[in-house]
Order: sequence, then C-alpha cells, then structure tokens
Amino acid sequence: MARAVTTRRKTLTTLAAWGIALLIFFPILWMILTSFKTEQDAVLSPPVWFWFDWTTENYVTVMDRANYFRFFMNSVIIAIGSTALGLLIAIPAAWSMAFVPGAKTKDLLMWMLSTKMMPGVAVLVPIYLIFIKLKLLDTHFGLIIVIMLINLPIIIWMLYTYFKEIPGEILEAARMDGATLRSEILYVLLPMAIPGIASTVLLNIILAWNEAFWTITLTTVDAAPLTKFISSFSSPQGLFYAKLSAASTMAIAPILIMGWFSQKQLVRGLTFGAVK
Amino acid sequence: MSTQASRSAARVMLSPAVISLLIWMIVPLVLTLWFSFQRYNLLYPDRAGFVGFYNYTTFVASPDFIQAIINTLLLVAGVLLITVIGGILLALLIDQPIWGQGYVRILVIAPFFIMPPVAALVWKNMFMNPTNGLFAEAFKALGLTPFDFLGDAPLISIIIIVAWQWLPFATLILLTALQSLSSEEIEAAEMDGAPAHKRFWFIILPHLSRAITVVILIQTIFLLGVLVEILVTTNGGPGTASTTLTFLVYKQSILNSDVGKAAAGGVVAVILANIVAVFLMRAIGKNLDA
Repeated sequence: MARAVTTRRKTLTTLAAWGIALLIFFPILWMILTSFKTEQDAVLSPPVWFWFDWTTENYVTVMDRANYFRFFMNSVIIAIGSTALGLLIAIPAAWSMAFVPGAKTKDLLMWMLSTKMMPGVAVLVPIYLIFIKLKLLDTHFGLIIVIMLINLPIIIWMLYTYFKEIPGEILEAARMDGATLRSEILYVLLPMAIPGIASTVLLNIILAWNEAFWTITLTTVDAAPLTKFISSFSSPQGLFYAKLSAASTMAIAPILIMGWFSQKQLVRGLTFGAVK
Repeated sequence: MSTQASRSAARVMLSPAVISLLIWMIVPLVLTLWFSFQRYNLLYPDRAGFVGFYNYTTFVASPDFIQAIINTLLLVAGVLLITVIGGILLALLIDQPIWGQGYVRILVIAPFFIMPPVAALVWKNMFMNPTNGLFAEAFKALGLTPFDFLGDAPLISIIIIVAWQWLPFATLILLTALQSLSSEEIEAAEMDGAPAHKRFWFIILPHLSRAITVVILIQTIFLLGVLVEILVTTNGGPGTASTTLTFLVYKQSILNSDVGKAAAGGVVAVILANIVAVFLMRAIGKNLDA
C-alpha cells in the first residue's frame, strides 16, 4: 500500500513504529547487554544501561563449565539430524502429491496436518514408556525421530506448496526426452526446487532447535540440548544473571540470524500455505 | 497425464511418510486410551489392572482439574486477545510508509525465534523478579512498592510472557495479508471520502478476516500445549494458580508417575484440541480448493 504521504506524517509513523519495535525487542537487548556485565553490575540498583565495564568473562566461564559445548552440539545434532531425516521422507512424498495427484491427495494432506494437532501431553506417557522399553530415553536417535515426526507435516506441506508452483510441463518434456524417474527428480525437479527446499530446511532447523516440550521431557544428560540446559536454571543456583544471559545469548544467536533470513518463508510454512 | 508406472512410483514414494505418521499417531493414542482404563503407577507396578472409568472420574473430579481447565481457557483467551489486537495494530503501523521498515520488521519478529526457556527465564529473572527485576526498579523509581508478578499474579505474568512470544507471529502473518490488499481499493475509498475508521472496518478488517482466523486457530493449537514457560517460571503454582491442563498431565505422569491418571488427562486434552482442530482444518481446507 505505497501511497504518497507528507514527510511530517512519515516522520511520526516512523518514530512510533521504531519505538514499539524497540520495546518488543528490548528484553532480548537487555539480555545481551547483561551478558557483558559483571555479576555485580547485572543486579545493580538502579540498573546500569550502557556505561558499565564491558566484559566477555561470562562467555568464557560458561564455555568452560557446565559442558556448555556438549549441550550446544546436542542441539546441532538434533536439529540437523531431524531435518535431514525429515527431508528424506518428505521430498518423495511431496513430489508424488504435487505431480501425481490422485483423488485422495487432498484428504491425505489434511490427514497429515491433523497429526500435528495432537497435543504432546496426550501421548507423553506412552512415548515415555516406549522410550524406556526401547532404551531410547536420552539418546540422539530417539529425539531425532520424535522431532522429525512432529515437524514432518510442516515439511511436507511446505514442500508441497513449493513443488506445486513448478510447471508440470517441464517434467513432462524431460520424460518425453527419455529421462528416467530418477534423473527426472535429480536433474530437473531438484534444481528448480532448491530455493523451496532451502527455506524448508531453514524453518525446520529453527523449529527443531527451539522445540522444548519433547527435548525437555525425553532427555536427562547425554542427549540434552540447550533447551534442557537453559531450563535447568529455573532457580538461579550457581549460574547468575550475567552468566545465564551469556548462555542464553549463545543459545539463541544462530537461530535469530537464521530466522531473520527466513521471515517470508516462515509465514507460508507456519500457516500451511493458508496465508502467502 | 500420469501413467500407471508413475502412479505406483508415487505410491511407493508416499509410503514412508504415511506409514511413519500413521504409527506416530495410532500407537501412542491407542496406548493412552488403554492406560487410561488401567490402574498403573510406575512406583507400584504390581498393583495394576483394569479400573474402568476410575482414572477419569478421579481426574475430572479433583479440584485441580476445574482450576486447570479455567487456567487453560484464560491463558489461551488472554494471549489471543493481546496478540490478535496488538498484531492488527502493529501490522497496520508497520505497513505505513516508514523509514527502515525492514529493520522494524526484524526487531518485531525476533521474540518468535527465542527458545521458550530463554524467553521465560529472561522475563522471570530480569523483569518480573520482585527484588531486582527491571519492573521492580521501575516501581521503586516511581516510589511504589515492587509487585511480585509471578508470586501474586502468576497466570497474568505467564500470559504476558507467552503473548510476547506470539505477538510477532500474529503481526508477521497479518502484515503479509495486509500487503496483499490492493492499494487501489483503499485509494478508491479514500477518494469517495471514507474516513479512516470506516476504511478499517469495511475494507481492511474484512480483508484480514481469513488471516485472523488462521492466526487464532494455529495459536490455539500451540497455546493449549504451553508447558515450558510454566515449568521454569512458577512450576504451576503458587498452589495450582498457574496449573493448566497440559501442566497437570505432565505433573501426573513425569512427577507423580501415575500413568493411568495422566493418560485419562491426555484423553481430555485430545478432545479439547480436536474441537479446535476441526475448525482449523476447515479453514485451511477451504484454501486448498482455491
């Protein structure tokens, strides 16, 4: 809705928008600022804003103790593992629904979506018991499977809406030229689908990284990711504000950056194509 | 256009997704149903057996349950109210011609990418803490007694935290919908002398109605499952003041090891979620035809 407006009005709306945006962002900014304070400065009353002795000591301390690196790596393993496995299952499924639609395709898509509506608590008990039985509790493999499954409907839907936009004629032309199914997918479909797949990957990594229900309930120590690590500081024993802020900043930084790059795709993925 | 060969190939390619989702949905649900009719406590494994609706009656009859249902509804309604109204206003504001729109978007969307425990702990320790949180400092600066947010108003505090996490989602989706509104339509109305509030009620809001529906339904699905924010801030308390249905089931299973009763609670949660899901599926399904 780009329309001609007076400079005065534009200045006022700009100020209002920036003011509110900074207010919304403020808790994150405050956390980042606190991560560079000493523990004494962090709880100073009245609070200090920018003029304190900046220190990176908290980051060093956090990385030294509490096996921070292991939690971080667990997050990486679970996010990447579940995304890779999810793609492996979702790409063929989305491909066949987009290019060989049958009478039941729509119902199938809706059914896949409906699995996403199942509340986690409803199946927490059986999953927990199954995990104990199969010795999957607190393992990377178990978590990768669960996180992959809860995000699978979103991956399939997202890929489906992207694949739908690829003109089918191109695929037919390739088929006419004698391309096998395998080469059709590898050399014709994939190159055209790469942007869509890339944004799907990005969104899925974000969702997997931030997933906190299953990662917290199904891990104890060995496979515990950052979500579990951070929530263990619900009462501030040992680790205080500045160090907690440093640990938190490191936990959110990679995802925040990825998220900013994927804003547009986020809408499509999270509304199942209902809002584009 | 599709040949028999590509059809059967399609079926083969679909099967891993269908089978894995089918197992993921059926097996735990059947087990939950089964457990919900059993006496089954992990602490007393020998005292097991069929108990009929006993788990349901005790789960539903407990005063915690009523409180949990009320809290769940308040949490969902409160967060929806804040995020939808705030999201509409914010989207309208950002959609105006402003300098640095891209940066404003980046700042506004940021809370959505913060993992739940980080968001909850930052609010709990650095803002709502009654001794040295920023809110307490602000109260002191104004000469007021600091307010113990999580102690005295736990549910409202949690609503504030969760709304902060979801406001970006609502804003982003409503903004996307807003940007698909043709400027001609607005300009025509403007030319005809329609004042701003009429343009909002009769053109903008109807155009946003679909996006608002989607926001409400998707958020409800996620809000019904809010757990971590409660777990790290109030742990459901004080008492049961901030215990939701999800938290109650979590407590029964993980903390009390009462599998039977937790399963009964799980079935109640499924019913609750399904009521919402039916409407959501209808809204999304409509779009699939278009």
